[in-house]
Amino acid sequence: MSAPAATAMIGQGARPWTSALTPMRLIWAAALLAFVLLWQFGEPIAEWAFKYPSALRLPLKTWIGGGMDWLVEEAHFGLFSFTELTRFVAAVIDLPYRLALGLLSSGLLSGQGSDAVQILPPLAWVAVIGLVALMGFHAGGWRLALLVATCFGFIAVFGQWHNAMITLASILIAVPLGVAGGLLLGIAAFRWRTVDQALTPLLDLMQTVPVFAYLVPILVLFGFGPTAAVVATIIYAMPPMARITTLALRGVSTEIQDLGRMVGCSGAQMTWRVMVPSARPGLMVGVNQVIMLSLNMVIIASMIGAGGLGFEVLAALRRLDIGAGLEAGLAIVALAIALDRLSQAFSQQVRNHGENDRRPGLFRRHPLVLAAFALVLATALGGLFVGGLQTYPENLKVSTGTFWSELLRWINVNFFDQIEAVKNLLLLNILVPFKRLLLDLPWAGVVALLALAGWTLGGWRLALLVGSLACLIAATGQWDKAMVTVYLCGVSVAIACMLGIPIGILAAEREGLRPTVLAVIDTLQTLPSFVYLMPAVMLFRVGDFTAMIAVVAYAIAPAIRYTIHGLAEVDPRLVEAGTASGCTRLQLLAKIKLKLALPEIMLGINQTIMLALSMLVITALVGTRDLGQEVYVALTKADVGRGLVAGLAVAFIGIIADRLIGAGASRMRARLGLLR
Amino acid sequence: MPRPRRISTALTLAALALGITFAPGVLRADAESEDPIKLTLHDWTGQLITTTIMGEVLKKAGYNIEYVQADYIAQFAGLKTGDLHVAMEIWETTGRDAMDEATATGQVENLGETGMLAIEEWWYPAYMKDKCPGLPNWEALKDEACAEAFSTAETAPKGRYLGGPVTWGGYDDERVTALDLPFEVVHAGTDAALFAELESAYQREAPIILWIYAPHWAPAKYQGEWVEFPPYSAECYADPAASVNPDETYDCAKPRGPIWKVAFAGVKDKWPGAYQAIKAFTVDNDEMGAMVSAVDLDGKTVDEVVADWLAKNEERWSGWID
Repeated sequence: MSAPAATAMIGQGARPWTSALTPMRLIWAAALLAFVLLWQFGEPIAEWAFKYPSALRLPLKTWIGGGMDWLVEEAHFGLFSFTELTRFVAAVIDLPYRLALGLLSSGLLSGQGSDAVQILPPLAWVAVIGLVALMGFHAGGWRLALLVATCFGFIAVFGQWHNAMITLASILIAVPLGVAGGLLLGIAAFRWRTVDQALTPLLDLMQTVPVFAYLVPILVLFGFGPTAAVVATIIYAMPPMARITTLALRGVSTEIQDLGRMVGCSGAQMTWRVMVPSARPGLMVGVNQVIMLSLNMVIIASMIGAGGLGFEVLAALRRLDIGAGLEAGLAIVALAIALDRLSQAFSQQVRNHGENDRRPGLFRRHPLVLAAFALVLATALGGLFVGGLQTYPENLKVSTGTFWSELLRWINVNFFDQIEAVKNLLLLNILVPFKRLLLDLPWAGVVALLALAGWTLGGWRLALLVGSLACLIAATGQWDKAMVTVYLCGVSVAIACMLGIPIGILAAEREGLRPTVLAVIDTLQTLPSFVYLMPAVMLFRVGDFTAMIAVVAYAIAPAIRYTIHGLAEVDPRLVEAGTASGCTRLQLLAKIKLKLALPEIMLGINQTIMLALSMLVITALVGTRDLGQEVYVALTKADVGRGLVAGLAVAFIGIIADRLIGAGASRMRARLGLLR
Repeated sequence: MPRPRRISTALTLAALALGITFAPGVLRADAESEDPIKLTLHDWTGQLITTTIMGEVLKKAGYNIEYVQADYIAQFAGLKTGDLHVAMEIWETTGRDAMDEATATGQVENLGETGMLAIEEWWYPAYMKDKCPGLPNWEALKDEACAEAFSTAETAPKGRYLGGPVTWGGYDDERVTALDLPFEVVHAGTDAALFAELESAYQREAPIILWIYAPHWAPAKYQGEWVEFPPYSAECYADPAASVNPDETYDCAKPRGPIWKVAFAGVKDKWPGAYQAIKAFTVDNDEMGAMVSAVDLDGKTVDEVVADWLAKNEERWSGWID
């Protein structure tokens, strides 16, 4: 887009609201009228439109359950069975995991279980902190070294070292696999349209089907233990990487692509030497998301044998030890921040490679590597004589003790009535009426309206997709639970966007504010929601309100992050053009930057919805009655079919929202002349 | 999980060559497998104690033990395939369905009762007795003033009863109907949420009536009582005519059920001695209540408490491994 186009765009905002009666508006008016008539007067005539007839219900539950049994027990590739294949994959993942665990936590062992004998101790805590600091120094100078050393030091001082190293070991395996897998999928989707079409629904499913729904099959297929947890983590954490990869590659400017073609790049060279390096800023957002989501899975991973910090959080909150839960939770955050900043710095550094270091001598060329070896050796030997070097001394551990519990008690005793009043106001006036309204609507009418919306925004294909997915939810007998889900997620996403997008704009406009905002959302996204869920229960009681707080706190992060990213990526030439044509700061923001950042912001909203849906399993823990609860109940009854059907219904809601928003966004882009 | 055995063997040899020696635990009954027996750990203290006692006793008998952290329900997938071996606490009241489903496959075996009896019932803090003087008799709850004392803005004028997670069953919705109690049942999603609400209400001496279970630290920490419903009988749950309401089932108290031990079916052949020892294991509610309180309220570690118990009860546990 050129500067004149930008000026034209600014002019567009001044166009008065036209109220012409287009055919589309007429159709909508008629449809809405029909809908209201059906809703108000239809029940006696067409009861089926309100309550899905049970005779026509699809026994999807039984089919999926049966299919899963077949997969686990009978599926065979001739030489080996499906289960043998997955067990083999598990064994392959297990090898590097054991190595990482041995290095960081257990030491090299001979034998198994309590018979195992430690041959070599694990890396001393001093050595690990030293190593990450050296890596930090190498990648980003002494500032970064100090930051990561502080993060790891925090973990040691608060007595979380042992658990944190177990968690770190599984993250070190899951993140590279997730990033590599996501990158490859994303590139494939960029290059081949069919892959893109097949991948999009699959990614939606991976991200929105709650983990609890496929936990039991994963355990059976991959065995019980850390490996299964790693697999579940990868499934959950990979989709954003794949999505962002495709988006970032599409965003590479045509000039660069032309240049690549002119110098005669082959297909592979084009991908790896031109496209991927050019798309790096976008890709790093993906890496960041993989790290954050992997750490977010720590709690669920600990339920299936991964142990570590997640287990510590769960156990602490079960005995209502808020302080201990928070300390373990913050240790997860510290890990997340250290890993994320390190990976960002390394990617920046790879960009500046090129001139090979030709200084003579091993030591001169690799001083840091040698320093690392020296450190490991020195601490290992030193640790034999001074125990405090090997494991962090017990008497130097710090704890907040009962401080947080006492603070919470103080708030609870003194302010409960005020909090309760505000809560009741919101609950009785907004949440409950909205929920009743949704539950009251006839499903057939809602399906028809959704299909109409699909047709308006994206043609008959979209109408068919949206309509049939919505119909499937009703046909599997989950309409009411799905409506409760829509209500809870809808309210939460609305609040998250109302808070998140302005915060994102503010942070993008003021450079000084950005690091703080990013640190806060990193914390929110990686601090296990369990940590603040239980205090929230103490202040707000179990129920929808508490669930809503948890969902907003978690799902606000992408709304902020993508807004910042989108605004930061706006072509500076267009901003200059705007300034040159005399825009004020506010006009510049509203008429140029926000409009150009719209695709990113829409992606942020999309991700907000996806994350809100993925939080449903957690909100089931505070007593909501939605699809999340259905999945949770199915898990406790080990009913694979029931869990997956409810999980799919969650995914369908996500896909419907995603497609409608996506189609709406591209129409908007077309109208603004932003289409490439 | 198979370990890279060959690598570790090589390392063992290297270690031996360096002159580092070690003594393997050699009391094990002959011909039993040296593979580790995997015991599952869940996220509540009582279970950690039960499992650690069993594990330490088996260690003393020379068995190789590995503790694995696993979810209470999800663990059955592992028990069925033999990835996990022993689960020490399956509560009649909360784990029965999953346990029955697993034992029906023939891959999981019920090794009998732990000796502990699960109590699950409506419970209220002692200060509520002033506001509802007829308690603990259940008929006091029928009184409207009493129900209102337990109400919140969302449930008023009905009382609010905080039930366990839906997954626990318990038939409280049916109980409220059958006994015609002016109460609304609100389900907590998890037991942490249940006790978070109790802690919050107790701090403010605010009204609360909820599902509590024992053995647990809560009845030791908070002063309060169980509601006394008409006594439980199997007929009351099955036959409308039984108990106080002639037209409805569930018009009585909840059953008090045993807590079971279960194991992978292969344990019996692979470690017969350990199998017998696990079957023989018993502790009772009072012992367990005291140990749970020692950990959760007095801040001792599970290992300290278990070591203490082992020292005091040597005769008992040595009987299990004979």
